[in-house]
Amino acid sequence: MEHVVVEIGGVAIALRTDSPEFARMVEERYMGFVLQGIGPITSQIQFDIELRDSDRRDSSALAFDEHGSEIEHDAEIEDDLEVACRGSVWHMRRGDFNAEWDSRSGRGCIRQAVNPYSLDSVLRIVHSLVLARRGEFLVHAASAIRNGRAFLFAGVSGAGKTTISRLAPADATLLTDEISYVRKNGSGYDAHGTPFAGELARVGEHCSAPLETLYLLHQGPENRIDDVPRVAAAQALLRNILFFARDAELVQCVFEGACEFVDRVPVRKLTFRKDAAVWDLIGQTQAQEERREQG
Amino acid sequence: MTITYIARSSAIASRVIADETMVMSVVDSTFFTLNEVASAIWGAADGVTPLHEIVARDVCDQFEVPVDEALTDAREFVRELSRHGILRVSDEPMPPAVAQGTP
Repeated sequence: MEHVVVEIGGVAIALRTDSPEFARMVEERYMGFVLQGIGPITSQIQFDIELRDSDRRDSSALAFDEHGSEIEHDAEIEDDLEVACRGSVWHMRRGDFNAEWDSRSGRGCIRQAVNPYSLDSVLRIVHSLVLARRGEFLVHAASAIRNGRAFLFAGVSGAGKTTISRLAPADATLLTDEISYVRKNGSGYDAHGTPFAGELARVGEHCSAPLETLYLLHQGPENRIDDVPRVAAAQALLRNILFFARDAELVQCVFEGACEFVDRVPVRKLTFRKDAAVWDLIGQTQAQEERREQG
Repeated sequence: MTITYIARSSAIASRVIADETMVMSVVDSTFFTLNEVASAIWGAADGVTPLHEIVARDVCDQFEVPVDEALTDAREFVRELSRHGILRVSDEPMPPAVAQGTP
Protein backbone atom coordinates (compact mmCIF):
# COMPACT_ATOMS: atom_id res chain seq x y z
CA MET A 1 0.00 0.00 0.00
CA GLU A 2 1.37 3.44 -0.97
CA HIS A 3 1.12 6.20 1.59
CA VAL A 4 1.24 9.99 0.99
CA VAL A 5 0.68 12.55 3.75
CA VAL A 6 -0.46 15.97 2.59
CA GLU A 7 -0.23 18.70 5.21
CA ILE A 8 -1.98 22.02 4.72
CA GLY A 9 -2.29 24.61 7.45
CA GLY A 10 -0.95 22.22 10.06
CA VAL A 11 -3.68 19.67 9.28
CA ALA A 12 -2.17 16.48 7.91
CA ILE A 13 -4.21 14.07 5.83
CA ALA A 14 -2.78 10.64 5.06
CA LEU A 15 -3.81 9.17 1.72
CA ARG A 16 -3.44 5.44 1.08
CA THR A 17 -3.70 3.82 -2.31
CA ASP A 18 -2.62 0.54 -3.85
CA SER A 19 -1.63 2.37 -7.04
CA PRO A 20 2.01 3.54 -7.10
CA GLU A 21 1.20 5.68 -10.17
CA PHE A 22 -1.61 7.49 -8.39
CA ALA A 23 0.58 7.99 -5.31
CA ARG A 24 3.21 9.65 -7.54
CA MET A 25 0.48 11.81 -9.11
CA VAL A 26 -0.60 12.94 -5.65
CA GLU A 27 2.97 13.68 -4.60
CA GLU A 28 3.48 15.76 -7.72
CA ARG A 29 0.16 17.60 -7.35
CA TYR A 30 0.87 18.55 -3.72
CA MET A 31 4.61 19.06 -4.05
CA GLY A 32 5.82 21.19 -1.17
CA PHE A 33 2.91 20.05 1.02
CA VAL A 34 3.85 16.38 1.24
CA LEU A 35 5.26 15.32 4.60
CA GLN A 36 8.20 13.03 4.20
CA GLY A 37 7.99 11.97 7.83
CA ILE A 38 5.06 12.49 10.20
CA GLY A 39 5.83 15.63 12.14
CA PRO A 40 3.79 17.50 14.69
CA ILE A 41 0.21 17.64 13.43
CA THR A 42 -3.04 18.93 14.82
CA SER A 43 -5.33 16.42 13.21
CA GLN A 44 -4.97 12.72 12.38
CA ILE A 45 -6.98 12.09 9.27
CA GLN A 46 -6.58 9.14 6.95
CA PHE A 47 -8.27 8.17 3.70
CA ASP A 48 -8.10 4.98 1.71
CA ILE A 49 -8.50 5.77 -1.97
CA GLU A 50 -10.24 3.26 -4.20
CA LEU A 51 -9.68 4.04 -7.84
CA ARG A 52 -12.36 3.36 -10.43
CA ASP A 53 -12.37 3.56 -14.20
CA SER A 54 -14.59 6.48 -15.20
CA ASP A 55 -13.14 9.97 -15.17
CA ARG A 56 -14.76 13.35 -14.93
CA ARG A 57 -12.99 16.54 -14.06
CA ASP A 58 -14.38 19.20 -11.82
CA SER A 59 -13.90 20.88 -8.50
CA SER A 60 -16.37 22.44 -6.16
CA ALA A 61 -16.96 25.13 -3.61
CA LEU A 62 -19.95 26.87 -2.17
CA ALA A 63 -20.16 30.10 -0.29
CA PHE A 64 -22.88 32.18 1.28
CA ASP A 65 -25.03 34.53 -0.72
CA GLU A 66 -26.19 37.79 0.78
CA HIS A 67 -29.76 37.08 -0.29
CA GLY A 68 -30.12 33.53 0.73
CA SER A 69 -29.38 30.54 -1.38
CA GLU A 70 -25.82 29.46 -1.62
CA ILE A 71 -23.85 30.74 -4.58
CA GLU A 72 -21.01 29.31 -6.54
CA HIS A 73 -17.72 31.08 -6.99
CA ASP A 74 -15.55 28.62 -8.80
CA ALA A 75 -15.79 28.42 -12.56
CA GLU A 76 -15.38 24.67 -12.40
CA ILE A 77 -18.14 24.07 -9.88
CA GLU A 78 -20.90 21.62 -10.53
CA ASP A 79 -24.00 21.78 -8.45
CA ASP A 80 -24.43 18.07 -7.83
CA LEU A 81 -22.22 18.03 -4.75
CA GLU A 82 -23.83 16.57 -1.63
CA VAL A 83 -22.24 16.81 1.78
CA ALA A 84 -24.21 15.43 4.69
CA CYS A 85 -23.47 14.11 8.16
CA ARG A 86 -25.04 11.05 9.72
CA GLY A 87 -23.82 10.43 13.24
CA SER A 88 -20.13 11.18 13.13
CA VAL A 89 -19.75 10.18 9.48
CA TRP A 90 -19.64 12.73 6.71
CA HIS A 91 -20.84 11.59 3.31
CA MET A 92 -19.53 13.47 0.29
CA ARG A 93 -20.83 12.66 -3.15
CA ARG A 94 -20.48 14.15 -6.60
CA GLY A 95 -20.52 12.72 -10.06
CA ASP A 96 -16.80 12.09 -10.03
CA PHE A 97 -16.34 10.86 -6.47
CA ASN A 98 -18.00 9.27 -3.50
CA ALA A 99 -16.41 9.58 -0.08
CA GLU A 100 -17.07 9.03 3.59
CA TRP A 101 -15.16 10.36 6.54
CA ASP A 102 -15.71 9.55 10.20
CA SER A 103 -14.85 12.71 12.09
CA ARG A 104 -14.53 10.70 15.32
CA SER A 105 -12.01 8.13 14.17
CA GLY A 106 -10.47 10.34 11.48
CA ARG A 107 -10.73 7.47 8.99
CA GLY A 108 -12.37 7.69 5.61
CA CYS A 109 -12.59 6.31 2.09
CA ILE A 110 -12.64 7.99 -1.30
CA ARG A 111 -13.84 6.23 -4.46
CA GLN A 112 -12.75 8.16 -7.53
CA ALA A 113 -11.15 7.89 -10.94
CA VAL A 114 -7.45 8.38 -11.53
CA ASN A 115 -7.27 12.18 -11.52
CA PRO A 116 -6.07 14.74 -8.99
CA TYR A 117 -9.20 16.92 -9.21
CA SER A 118 -11.62 14.71 -7.28
CA LEU A 119 -9.12 14.32 -4.47
CA ASP A 120 -8.57 18.07 -4.50
CA SER A 121 -12.30 18.62 -3.91
CA VAL A 122 -12.46 16.08 -1.09
CA LEU A 123 -9.48 17.68 0.62
CA ARG A 124 -11.08 21.12 0.42
CA ILE A 125 -14.32 19.76 1.89
CA VAL A 126 -12.59 17.91 4.72
CA HIS A 127 -10.39 20.87 5.59
CA SER A 128 -13.42 23.17 5.64
CA LEU A 129 -15.23 20.76 7.99
CA VAL A 130 -12.24 20.47 10.31
CA LEU A 131 -11.72 24.22 10.46
CA ALA A 132 -15.38 25.24 10.83
CA ARG A 133 -15.75 24.00 14.41
CA ARG A 134 -12.69 26.02 15.40
CA GLY A 135 -13.91 29.27 13.86
CA GLU A 136 -11.25 28.94 11.16
CA PHE A 137 -11.82 28.68 7.44
CA LEU A 138 -10.83 28.37 3.84
CA VAL A 139 -11.67 31.52 1.92
CA HIS A 140 -11.74 32.57 -1.71
CA ALA A 141 -8.72 34.84 -1.44
CA ALA A 142 -5.20 35.23 -2.66
CA SER A 143 -2.66 35.65 0.11
CA ALA A 144 0.95 36.64 0.44
CA ILE A 145 3.54 37.37 3.10
CA ARG A 146 5.56 40.53 3.06
CA ASN A 147 7.79 41.90 5.81
CA GLY A 148 6.78 39.03 8.03
CA ARG A 149 3.05 39.74 7.83
CA ALA A 150 0.37 38.06 5.74
CA PHE A 151 -2.26 39.79 3.62
CA LEU A 152 -5.45 38.31 2.26
CA PHE A 153 -7.07 39.53 -0.94
CA ALA A 154 -10.62 38.22 -1.13
CA GLY A 155 -12.97 38.28 -4.05
CA VAL A 156 -15.06 36.21 -6.37
CA SER A 157 -13.78 35.02 -9.72
CA GLY A 158 -12.64 38.01 -11.78
CA ALA A 159 -12.12 40.28 -8.77
CA GLY A 160 -8.36 40.23 -9.26
CA LYS A 161 -6.93 37.54 -6.99
CA THR A 162 -4.55 36.26 -9.63
CA THR A 163 -3.79 39.79 -10.85
CA ILE A 164 -2.78 41.04 -7.41
CA SER A 165 -0.66 37.90 -7.03
CA ARG A 166 1.12 38.53 -10.32
CA LEU A 167 1.82 42.13 -9.30
CA ALA A 168 3.41 41.05 -6.00
CA PRO A 169 7.00 42.27 -5.59
CA ALA A 170 9.92 39.88 -5.51
CA ASP A 171 10.21 40.06 -1.73
CA ALA A 172 6.64 38.82 -1.26
CA THR A 173 5.96 35.13 -0.61
CA LEU A 174 2.86 33.92 -2.40
CA LEU A 175 0.67 31.64 -0.29
CA THR A 176 -2.02 31.11 -2.94
CA ASP A 177 -3.77 32.99 -5.70
CA GLU A 178 -7.11 31.27 -5.10
CA ILE A 179 -7.92 29.61 -1.75
CA SER A 180 -6.47 30.93 1.48
CA TYR A 181 -6.23 29.02 4.73
CA VAL A 182 -6.95 31.00 7.89
CA ARG A 183 -6.29 29.70 11.39
CA LYS A 184 -6.39 31.25 14.82
CA ASN A 185 -3.18 32.08 16.60
CA GLY A 186 -3.67 33.50 20.07
CA SER A 187 -5.70 36.66 19.76
CA GLY A 188 -5.00 36.90 16.04
CA TYR A 189 -4.94 34.73 12.95
CA ASP A 190 -2.34 33.16 10.70
CA ALA A 191 -2.59 32.75 6.94
CA HIS A 192 -1.15 29.49 5.64
CA GLY A 193 -0.04 28.59 2.15
CA THR A 194 -2.17 26.15 0.16
CA PRO A 195 -1.67 24.03 -2.94
CA PHE A 196 -5.05 25.25 -4.24
CA ALA A 197 -4.10 27.43 -7.19
CA GLY A 198 -6.16 29.60 -9.51
CA GLU A 199 -5.21 30.96 -12.92
CA LEU A 200 -1.63 31.33 -11.79
CA ALA A 201 -1.48 27.53 -11.78
CA ARG A 202 1.26 27.70 -9.17
CA VAL A 203 1.19 25.92 -5.84
CA GLY A 204 1.60 28.34 -2.94
CA GLU A 205 4.51 28.31 -0.54
CA HIS A 206 4.16 25.98 2.42
CA CYS A 207 4.56 28.55 5.17
CA SER A 208 2.50 30.92 7.30
CA ALA A 209 2.58 34.32 8.95
CA PRO A 210 0.41 36.43 11.25
CA LEU A 211 -2.43 37.99 9.33
CA GLU A 212 -2.23 41.76 9.04
CA THR A 213 -5.25 42.74 6.93
CA LEU A 214 -8.02 41.27 4.84
CA TYR A 215 -8.46 43.30 1.67
CA LEU A 216 -11.67 43.07 -0.34
CA LEU A 217 -10.63 43.38 -3.96
CA HIS A 218 -12.11 45.80 -6.45
CA GLN A 219 -10.48 46.77 -9.72
CA GLY A 220 -10.73 50.48 -10.51
CA PRO A 221 -9.03 53.50 -12.06
CA GLU A 222 -6.77 54.20 -9.09
CA ASN A 223 -5.09 52.51 -6.18
CA ARG A 224 -6.78 53.30 -2.90
CA ILE A 225 -7.65 51.72 0.41
CA ASP A 226 -10.89 52.39 2.27
CA ASP A 227 -12.16 51.24 5.62
CA VAL A 228 -15.06 48.78 5.62
CA PRO A 229 -17.73 48.84 8.35
CA ARG A 230 -17.67 45.63 10.36
CA VAL A 231 -21.11 44.46 9.31
CA ALA A 232 -20.21 44.85 5.64
CA ALA A 233 -16.88 43.17 6.35
CA ALA A 234 -18.58 40.18 7.95
CA GLN A 235 -21.02 39.89 5.05
CA ALA A 236 -18.22 40.04 2.51
CA LEU A 237 -16.22 37.46 4.39
CA LEU A 238 -19.21 35.10 4.66
CA ARG A 239 -19.75 35.41 0.92
CA ASN A 240 -16.22 34.23 0.31
CA ILE A 241 -15.80 31.47 2.89
CA LEU A 242 -15.79 28.01 1.39
CA PHE A 243 -18.35 25.85 3.05
CA PHE A 244 -19.97 22.81 1.59
CA ALA A 245 -22.14 21.19 4.24
CA ARG A 246 -25.81 21.92 4.87
CA ASP A 247 -25.33 21.41 8.58
CA ALA A 248 -26.98 23.84 10.98
CA GLU A 249 -24.40 23.47 13.72
CA LEU A 250 -21.47 24.03 11.42
CA VAL A 251 -23.18 26.93 9.64
CA GLN A 252 -23.51 28.55 13.06
CA CYS A 253 -19.81 27.93 13.67
CA VAL A 254 -18.90 29.55 10.36
CA PHE A 255 -21.09 32.56 11.13
CA GLU A 256 -19.56 32.98 14.59
CA GLY A 257 -16.09 32.49 13.14
CA ALA A 258 -16.60 35.23 10.56
CA CYS A 259 -17.94 37.66 13.17
CA GLU A 260 -15.02 36.93 15.48
CA PHE A 261 -12.57 37.42 12.63
CA VAL A 262 -13.84 40.92 11.76
CA ASP A 263 -13.63 41.82 15.44
CA ARG A 264 -9.92 41.04 15.41
CA VAL A 265 -8.58 41.66 11.92
CA PRO A 266 -8.80 44.90 9.93
CA VAL A 267 -10.89 44.48 6.79
CA ARG A 268 -10.42 47.07 4.07
CA LYS A 269 -11.55 47.65 0.53
CA LEU A 270 -8.63 47.66 -1.88
CA THR A 271 -9.38 49.34 -5.16
CA PHE A 272 -6.53 48.79 -7.56
CA ARG A 273 -5.50 49.18 -11.14
CA LYS A 274 -3.21 46.73 -12.81
CA ASP A 275 0.15 48.12 -11.78
CA ALA A 276 2.64 47.11 -9.14
CA ALA A 277 2.28 50.44 -7.30
CA VAL A 278 -0.65 48.92 -5.43
CA TRP A 279 1.88 46.96 -3.40
CA ASP A 280 3.62 50.22 -2.43
CA LEU A 281 0.30 51.44 -1.09
CA ILE A 282 -0.16 48.22 0.86
CA GLY A 283 3.36 48.58 2.27
CA GLN A 284 2.73 52.19 3.27
CA THR A 285 -0.49 51.22 5.00
CA GLN A 286 1.30 48.43 6.84
CA ALA A 287 3.99 50.87 7.99
CA GLN A 288 1.33 53.29 9.23
CA GLU A 289 -0.36 50.50 11.14
CA GLU A 290 2.91 49.52 12.78
CA ARG A 291 3.66 53.12 13.76
CA ARG A 292 0.16 53.43 15.22
CA GLU A 293 0.62 50.23 17.24
CA GLN A 294 4.01 51.37 18.51
CA GLY A 295 2.78 54.90 19.26
CA MET B 1 -57.62 43.77 15.04
CA THR B 2 -55.61 40.54 15.04
CA ILE B 3 -52.90 40.60 17.65
CA THR B 4 -49.56 39.35 16.38
CA TYR B 5 -46.92 37.74 18.53
CA ILE B 6 -43.38 37.20 17.28
CA ALA B 7 -40.48 35.10 18.51
CA ARG B 8 -36.95 34.58 17.32
CA SER B 9 -36.32 31.18 15.79
CA SER B 10 -33.71 28.98 17.42
CA ALA B 11 -32.43 28.00 13.98
CA ILE B 12 -30.52 31.22 13.56
CA ALA B 13 -27.17 32.68 14.39
CA SER B 14 -27.04 36.35 15.26
CA ARG B 15 -24.55 38.92 16.36
CA VAL B 16 -24.87 42.61 17.24
CA ILE B 17 -22.19 44.66 15.52
CA ALA B 18 -22.07 48.42 15.92
CA ASP B 19 -25.82 49.03 16.50
CA GLU B 20 -26.79 46.63 13.75
CA THR B 21 -27.71 42.98 14.08
CA MET B 22 -26.56 40.33 11.67
CA VAL B 23 -28.93 37.41 11.53
CA MET B 24 -28.37 34.25 9.55
CA SER B 25 -30.62 31.28 9.08
CA VAL B 26 -28.64 28.13 9.77
CA VAL B 27 -31.16 26.25 7.64
CA ASP B 28 -30.68 28.00 4.31
CA SER B 29 -27.76 30.35 5.08
CA THR B 30 -29.86 33.43 4.32
CA PHE B 31 -28.54 36.43 6.14
CA PHE B 32 -29.97 39.80 6.99
CA THR B 33 -28.61 42.94 8.49
CA LEU B 34 -31.04 44.66 10.82
CA ASN B 35 -30.74 48.37 11.40
CA GLU B 36 -31.18 49.94 14.81
CA VAL B 37 -34.98 50.02 14.60
CA ALA B 38 -35.29 46.47 13.28
CA SER B 39 -32.81 45.35 15.93
CA ALA B 40 -35.08 46.81 18.62
CA ILE B 41 -38.02 44.74 17.35
CA TRP B 42 -35.82 41.68 16.99
CA GLY B 43 -34.53 42.03 20.53
CA ALA B 44 -38.06 42.29 21.93
CA ALA B 45 -39.45 39.32 19.97
CA ASP B 46 -40.11 37.15 23.02
CA GLY B 47 -43.28 35.40 21.82
CA VAL B 48 -45.48 36.93 24.49
CA THR B 49 -45.37 40.68 23.86
CA PRO B 50 -47.77 41.73 21.10
CA LEU B 51 -46.11 43.30 18.06
CA HIS B 52 -48.05 46.54 18.43
CA GLU B 53 -46.80 46.89 22.00
CA ILE B 54 -43.22 46.27 20.90
CA VAL B 55 -43.57 48.90 18.22
CA ALA B 56 -45.10 51.44 20.58
CA ARG B 57 -42.59 50.80 23.34
CA ASP B 58 -39.34 50.11 21.47
CA VAL B 59 -39.79 51.95 18.18
CA CYS B 60 -42.19 54.90 18.50
CA ASP B 61 -40.93 56.04 21.89
CA GLN B 62 -37.28 55.41 21.18
CA PHE B 63 -37.03 56.65 17.60
CA GLU B 64 -39.90 59.17 17.49
CA VAL B 65 -41.70 57.48 14.61
CA PRO B 66 -45.52 57.79 14.12
CA VAL B 67 -47.36 54.64 15.22
CA ASP B 68 -49.09 53.88 11.89
CA GLU B 69 -45.88 54.22 9.91
CA ALA B 70 -43.88 52.18 12.39
CA LEU B 71 -46.47 49.41 12.54
CA THR B 72 -46.69 49.15 8.75
CA ASP B 73 -42.91 48.87 8.49
CA ALA B 74 -42.78 46.40 11.36
CA ARG B 75 -45.37 44.12 9.74
CA GLU B 76 -43.43 44.11 6.49
CA PHE B 77 -40.23 43.34 8.39
CA VAL B 78 -41.92 40.49 10.26
CA ARG B 79 -43.37 39.08 7.04
CA GLU B 80 -39.96 39.06 5.38
CA LEU B 81 -38.12 37.42 8.28
CA SER B 82 -40.88 34.88 8.92
CA ARG B 83 -40.76 33.88 5.24
CA HIS B 84 -37.20 32.69 5.86
CA GLY B 85 -38.08 31.03 9.17
CA ILE B 86 -36.02 33.55 11.11
CA LEU B 87 -39.01 34.88 13.06
CA ARG B 88 -41.94 32.81 14.26
CA VAL B 89 -45.35 34.46 14.08
CA SER B 90 -48.56 33.58 15.87
CA ASP B 91 -51.87 35.20 16.73
CA GLU B 92 -51.55 33.74 20.22
CA PRO B 93 -48.81 34.14 22.81
CA MET B 94 -46.13 31.51 22.37
CA PRO B 95 -44.89 29.67 25.47
CA PRO B 96 -41.09 29.63 25.69
CA ALA B 97 -40.83 26.05 24.39
CA VAL B 98 -42.82 26.96 21.28
CA ALA B 99 -41.18 30.33 20.84
CA GLN B 100 -37.78 28.71 20.82
CA GLY B 101 -38.78 25.86 18.50
CA THR B 102 -37.30 25.45 15.08
CA PRO B 103 -39.39 26.48 12.10
